[in-house]
Parts: sequence; C-alpha cells; structure tokens
Amino acid sequence: MAITVARSKLNWRERLYLPAIAAGMVITIKHFKNTIFGRTKVTMQYPEEKWDSSLPEHYRGAPALVRDTDGRVRCVACQLCEFICPPRAIKIIPGEIPSTDRFAKVEKYPEEFDIDMVRCIFCGMCEEVCPEQAIFLRKDYAITGFTREEMVHDKDKLLEIGGVMHGVVLKWNEKK
Amino acid sequence: MNVFFITTSLLKIIGMIFVVILPMVSYAVYAERRVSALIQDRLGPNRVGPAGLFQPIADAAKFLFKEDFTPAQVNKFYYWLAPCLAMVPAITTIAVVPFGSTLLGVPMVIADINVGILYVFAIASLGVYGIVLAGWASNSKYPFLGGVRSSSQMISYELSLGLAVIPVFLLVGNLRLTNVVRYQIENGWMIAPFIGDWANLGKWLLAIPMITSFFVFTIAVFAETNRLPFDLPEAEQELAGGYHTEYSSMKFALFFLGEYAAMITGSAIIVTLFLGGWHLPLPSWHGGFHWLVVDGTAPGWRGVVGGLFNIATFFAKVATLLFMFMWVRWTLPRFRYDQLMRLGWLFFFEIALVNIFIVAGILAYFQF
Repeated sequence: MAITVARSKLNWRERLYLPAIAAGMVITIKHFKNTIFGRTKVTMQYPEEKWDSSLPEHYRGAPALVRDTDGRVRCVACQLCEFICPPRAIKIIPGEIPSTDRFAKVEKYPEEFDIDMVRCIFCGMCEEVCPEQAIFLRKDYAITGFTREEMVHDKDKLLEIGGVMHGVVLKWNEKK
Repeated sequence: MNVFFITTSLLKIIGMIFVVILPMVSYAVYAERRVSALIQDRLGPNRVGPAGLFQPIADAAKFLFKEDFTPAQVNKFYYWLAPCLAMVPAITTIAVVPFGSTLLGVPMVIADINVGILYVFAIASLGVYGIVLAGWASNSKYPFLGGVRSSSQMISYELSLGLAVIPVFLLVGNLRLTNVVRYQIENGWMIAPFIGDWANLGKWLLAIPMITSFFVFTIAVFAETNRLPFDLPEAEQELAGGYHTEYSSMKFALFFLGEYAAMITGSAIIVTLFLGGWHLPLPSWHGGFHWLVVDGTAPGWRGVVGGLFNIATFFAKVATLLFMFMWVRWTLPRFRYDQLMRLGWLFFFEIALVNIFIVAGILAYFQF
C-alpha cells in the first residue's frame, strides 16, 4: 500500500540552507578539535598497542601443550585430538615410555606432536576432547611465518607456548 | 628585457613550481587525508616517517611504479593530452598572483601583467578541457557523463565567478593584481573596507556587498575546482570516479594533483582579491592608530626579513583557505545535479549581478 509521506513546509531559514551548513561546519570542527587534542577515543594503533590485556578468559587462541607442576608433559599420546580435529591439523607419533621411568605406568608419550597452524581453525575441540587436560587454547593470536613449514608448530614450540599449567588433576602421581 | 630580469624570472618560476606548488600539492593531499580522518574521529596516515609526513613521497613512488595502462578502445591522442591539460592551467594561473612584496628589489610576482584577472579567468577556464577531453577520449559511459557534467557545471559557475570580482575592480579601477594588493593595503582589505576608516558610514555599507561578493566568489571557486559539494564530474558513488575512471598510474595522479593545484591557485586568487594578498596588518608601535606595513622596501636585512615575512603571510593565508576547502568537503554532502544548476543560474548569477549595482551605487553616492 502506498503511503503519501507528508513533506513539511520549510520556513525561510531552512530554505536558506546557510544556517544548516554553518551548524554542520561547527559539528565537524568540534570533532576535528576533539580528535586533535586526544579527547576522542580512536582506533587502537595495533602493532604498538595490543589488546592482550583485555582478552576475555575464554578466548580461543593458538592450541598448546602444557606441563604440570612435576614438569611432566601431560599428553599421553591417546590421539583423540588428532581424530576429532575437524581440519586435521594435528599429527601425533606416539612413543613408549621406558619402564625405568618414574611415570612408566603412563605407557605412552608423544614422540612428535605437530599442529599445522595454517589448517587450525581455533575451534577448541582438541581441548574439549582431551581426557588428560594436556592441550589448551592459549591467548596467542598473531601466528605468522614466511613459509608453510614455519607455520607448523612442533612439540617444542607447543610446549613453549603452553608453559606450566597449575591446578590440573595429577592423576598419574605415585600415591594414586 | 635584460639578463637580470630573465634570471630572476626563471628563478621565481622554478622556485614557485618546484619549491612551493608541487610540495604544497603533495602535502595538501596528505593534509586532506589527515583532516578528513580527524573530522571522522580517525587518525589518518601516520606510519611513513614521523607522523606520516613521508606519505606523499611513498605515494609518488607508488604512482611512478604502477603500470601505465592505456585501454584499447580509447582515443589515444586525446587520452594522453587530457591529464596534461588538467595540470597545466592550474600551474600557469599562479604566474600573475603576487605572492610577496619584494625581495632584494625583485617584485615577488612572476608576471605582473596589466590584464591580471582576465588572464586568470582565461587560463583557469581551460582546466575544464582536461576533464571534458578525458571523459570523451576514454570512450566509456561513466567518464563521458563526468565530462558532460563538468562542462555544464563550468558554464553555470563561470558567470558568477566573473561577475563576483567586478566589485573589486570597481574599487581598484585596475585589473593588475599587484595594484589590487596595494589598494587593499592603503584602504583596508576587500572583505573589511572599513579598516583604518572606522567613522566612514560608506565604508561600512560597502562591506556588505563586498562580503557577499567574497562568498559568491569562494563558492564559485569550489565549483570551478570540482571540490565537494560540487564534485559532480567525479562523483565516486554515481560515476565510479567520473572522468578519470579509465586512467591509471601517473596519468591519474596528474588529474589528482591538478585538482589540488587548482585548489591552491583558487585560494591564492581569493587571498589576493579579498583577503589582502601578502599584507598582514600589524599595529604600529609608534603609537597612534595606523597599520604598519612590513614589506621588502626597507634597506638591508630588514628588507629581506620583511620580504620573506610577506611571502610567509601569503602562504599562511593560502593554507588557511585550503583547510577551509577540506573542512567544507568533509562536512557537506554532494549537491544533486538540478540543485547545482538552480543554485548557479537562479541564485549566484543574480546575487553577483545585483551586487555590482549596489557597489556602484555606494561608490557613486559616497565618492571615495
């Protein structure tokens, strides 16, 4: 249904345009002034200022392997994350823990653990599926490299990003 | 015509183009980007060099290295000619504008010719040929529309542009631009003719038509230089860049720089005609109320300082006007085409015409 919109009659001041133009110029010069004196909040100047400090707790950045307070790599090479990973970014080669080791009853450890960050979609499925609390999504988001090989995070790199995790269940300690 | 004259003229031409106009053009582009950003609560280019000051150099290098592509369907000769025609008139016009008093006895104007403002109009109008030729030679729809719009816009605004300056020359009685500046030093600036003659009612009355004239002329210069709110020939949103759609690399850059050069020239002419040229009134320290004229006629180092001060004054005024150009651009939206024609033919033309008679009447009645 067509509606006829009533056009209000302009008075002579409005038809002169000049007051409106002057008002507009005043508004823009105010913005100009405020920005120049730093009273307006402008875009973050990214490489110099980063938003790391304001990232939320649940932020999903780069996945990483963690050690616990005993210094043990928590991953037991069960390969659940490798299987669940939607873009198949994870590659694990399991190895056997020698019987002389303090954690011999764990039986397996990852000999190699690669995450291809070109493929990773930061979905967090690996963290969700992990029965050992071994892989976590940390807050690193600027992952760059010059070649595809550089973009593959190997075990050392993943452990370096992950660091030591406090407050996780230590189910493989001798007492249990 | 002696060696001294030729040498100083050459020095002035080279200095004007390579030391003043071209750097000013490139930094006007930078200023435009910064001013627009600040008005829109952004920061603008601030990466290349301190505060982004080397941005124009980076831009120029980029333009030089880009592929200079000539589309197959264009009319080659005119396609190549158009960018030159866009840039040349803007730079040529500056020749008659006095940008300073004197420096070491040399008048600071490249060509002090007695047809001054006529020369300016004659050359500045050629600027439209660059746009029309570009639109036509591109052999493409949007550039063609841009070219057509440009020519009709030019016709509607040249008239009020020409009529708006007549009051100035009614007062001065001479077309030479250096005389216009001299007159303003002696009798107050054109937009404030009452300065120095405060009790004279006629001068106060005269200020009304002179200010009207100033506004009409300034708005016509906006239209002449294709600046918003009158940038219909380019109209990015409707015409995809208008006349320069088919241009790339340095040829596009010439159009772009030509627009800014025209802006500088336009501001220089506004400053010369209405805002006192290179003159900055300073209150005298000898007591009494009269304005001290600083210029290059004083002997020795004081003359040199005075001359340089006048040049600096002139370009400071031009820079202020350039800022106003940018300020207006980032405030007002573009006019619709019929509004533009209506404004040109029904308002500014009449206002400018009536203005002439008012000034003539005031001059005849008060006899100054």
